[in-house]
Amino acid sequence: MSRDTLSRPEPAVRKRARKDTGSRPRRASRTEARNARAAAGFVLPFLALFGLCFIAPIGYALYQSLQKTERAGPLGLGGREQETFAGLANYAHALADDRFLTGFGRVLLFGAVQIPLMIVLATALALLLESASARGVAFFRSAFFLPYGVPGVIASILWGFLYVPGISPLVKTADFVGWDVDFLSRGTVLWSIANIVTWQFTGYNMLVLIAQLKAVPGELYEAARIDGAGAWQVARHIKLPLIRPALVLTTVFSIIGTLQLFAEPMVLRPLASSIDSGFTPNLHAYSEAFVGNNQHVAAAEAVLLAVVACVLSFGFLRLAGGRAKGHR
Amino acid sequence: MTRPPVRHRIITASLLTVAALYFLVPVYWLVVSATKNSADLFGTFGFWFSDHPHPVDHLVAVLTYDHGVYARWFANSLFYAGAGAVCATLLSASAGYALAKFPFRGREAVFNVVLAGVLIPGTALALPLYFLFSAMGLSNTYWAVLIPSVVSPFGVYLCRIYAAAAVPDSLLEAARIDGAGEARIFGGLGLRLMTPALVTVFLFQFVHIWNNYFLPLVMLSDSDLYPIQLGLTSWTGYADRQPVLYQYTVGGAFLSVVPLMVLMTVLQRYWRTGLTEGSVKA
Repeated sequence: MSRDTLSRPEPAVRKRARKDTGSRPRRASRTEARNARAAAGFVLPFLALFGLCFIAPIGYALYQSLQKTERAGPLGLGGREQETFAGLANYAHALADDRFLTGFGRVLLFGAVQIPLMIVLATALALLLESASARGVAFFRSAFFLPYGVPGVIASILWGFLYVPGISPLVKTADFVGWDVDFLSRGTVLWSIANIVTWQFTGYNMLVLIAQLKAVPGELYEAARIDGAGAWQVARHIKLPLIRPALVLTTVFSIIGTLQLFAEPMVLRPLASSIDSGFTPNLHAYSEAFVGNNQHVAAAEAVLLAVVACVLSFGFLRLAGGRAKGHR
Repeated sequence: MTRPPVRHRIITASLLTVAALYFLVPVYWLVVSATKNSADLFGTFGFWFSDHPHPVDHLVAVLTYDHGVYARWFANSLFYAGAGAVCATLLSASAGYALAKFPFRGREAVFNVVLAGVLIPGTALALPLYFLFSAMGLSNTYWAVLIPSVVSPFGVYLCRIYAAAAVPDSLLEAARIDGAGEARIFGGLGLRLMTPALVTVFLFQFVHIWNNYFLPLVMLSDSDLYPIQLGLTSWTGYADRQPVLYQYTVGGAFLSVVPLMVLMTVLQRYWRTGLTEGSVKA
């Protein structure tokens, strides 16, 4: 399996070259107009749908989060419903809700523990597979990547069966050796979910890292080896710094993924009484919208969630980017 | 190259084996359990086959239960993921191609907006999307799941980078001098030269749609429109009252995993190359 199906891209080079076409102004403007027309035809179908599915929902959610429903009639029951401007009341409501905030705290704690664990595991596996000592690389790589093909819901159902007493061979085995284990108790269930996420995504992250490792020229390792560097030193001082961009990328995607945590707790809920409807911010927004029938607060919570996700991932990118510059 | 010491090889092999056990055992459990009936599912040890494994019977039971509703969910999933990924690939290809090959005013602005789309969490978007679609009367239709699935900012990003490197300007100029229209040049030349990137985009999007749970969950209320994931969770919801559904859930989970496993194994190398393109710039 070689990388030659795709050559390394060099986007910046061609852009420069293009600017030189059309030295005479008249020809240039004609080319420009033709370019713009053709480009519009190619880009607009995507942009129209992008507007409908990305920009419009954000705008609509912002609008909705600033509205409230007022019920006319005695005691606010029955009668007509009316939308009025609510200012920031929905945001205040969401931020005053202990369960919503606890849910946020919970996923932040989850991310702070699970993301580093997963990235370290993925990096270790990538380095092991790419080391000269590894045999059966193709088999192991596929084995590690396999869980990524299992949808989150199916993975949660699967692990749910492996967690729940009475059916789980894990619990039975633990019982047999005298270890009384409860994967679904109040204290453990968050980490049981962390295990599902780790199981699913480690292999994916590992593949991203391997791809970047493959892009490192082999001579670099040879040179280091000739200089007398051991396998560990090559990994520590050459490979790790070189796969930095991939590490940043996988971490950012993990941060975004963690804040969206939904399917796993949703599926495990019937099995674990410790998971309530506010277990994660996403679950809370969902139940506000569909159980509490409170669209406006749900919209405010969705906006808050998106903002926090953006701040955290951009923040991490800044942090990682800043440090990279410091190194140079 | 010198051979690494034996000690290194033993340590590496054992670490890799332990990891492989962790990743494979749950899948192994699923395979074993799909051969069991309800009683054996609870009554026998999970990591070994029961005395009377009946894989085929049980899977047929899954497929025929409730007038074959599982087969319907399966077909829905295939439709959402297949049609969605094909459209997403074509839209991304054409947008990425234009962003790479036509310098026009506002090009970088468009590209940056698309890139920001990659960083917006999908589920934070799903709820607002539901409010919007429901206001437009589109919720609880095939369109509600299909339309959002055809928009892939990551696909555009990948296609732009790839087209910039793999589609030579000189070739496009030559085709223009021959009098070919822009659409024909894109269809005949651009798409062909971009094929490896298109395979990657298709795969990414197929798996993404196939695995998506939150969007169909908020959008759909009619179980005839459900994809597999949604259908299976509706079964687990009833399993308390109807214990046979535990067995069907396991069988259904097994069946749903098979096609993606095959796809992943076959197309892993395209996948990997696509991932590099994504990470080089970040």
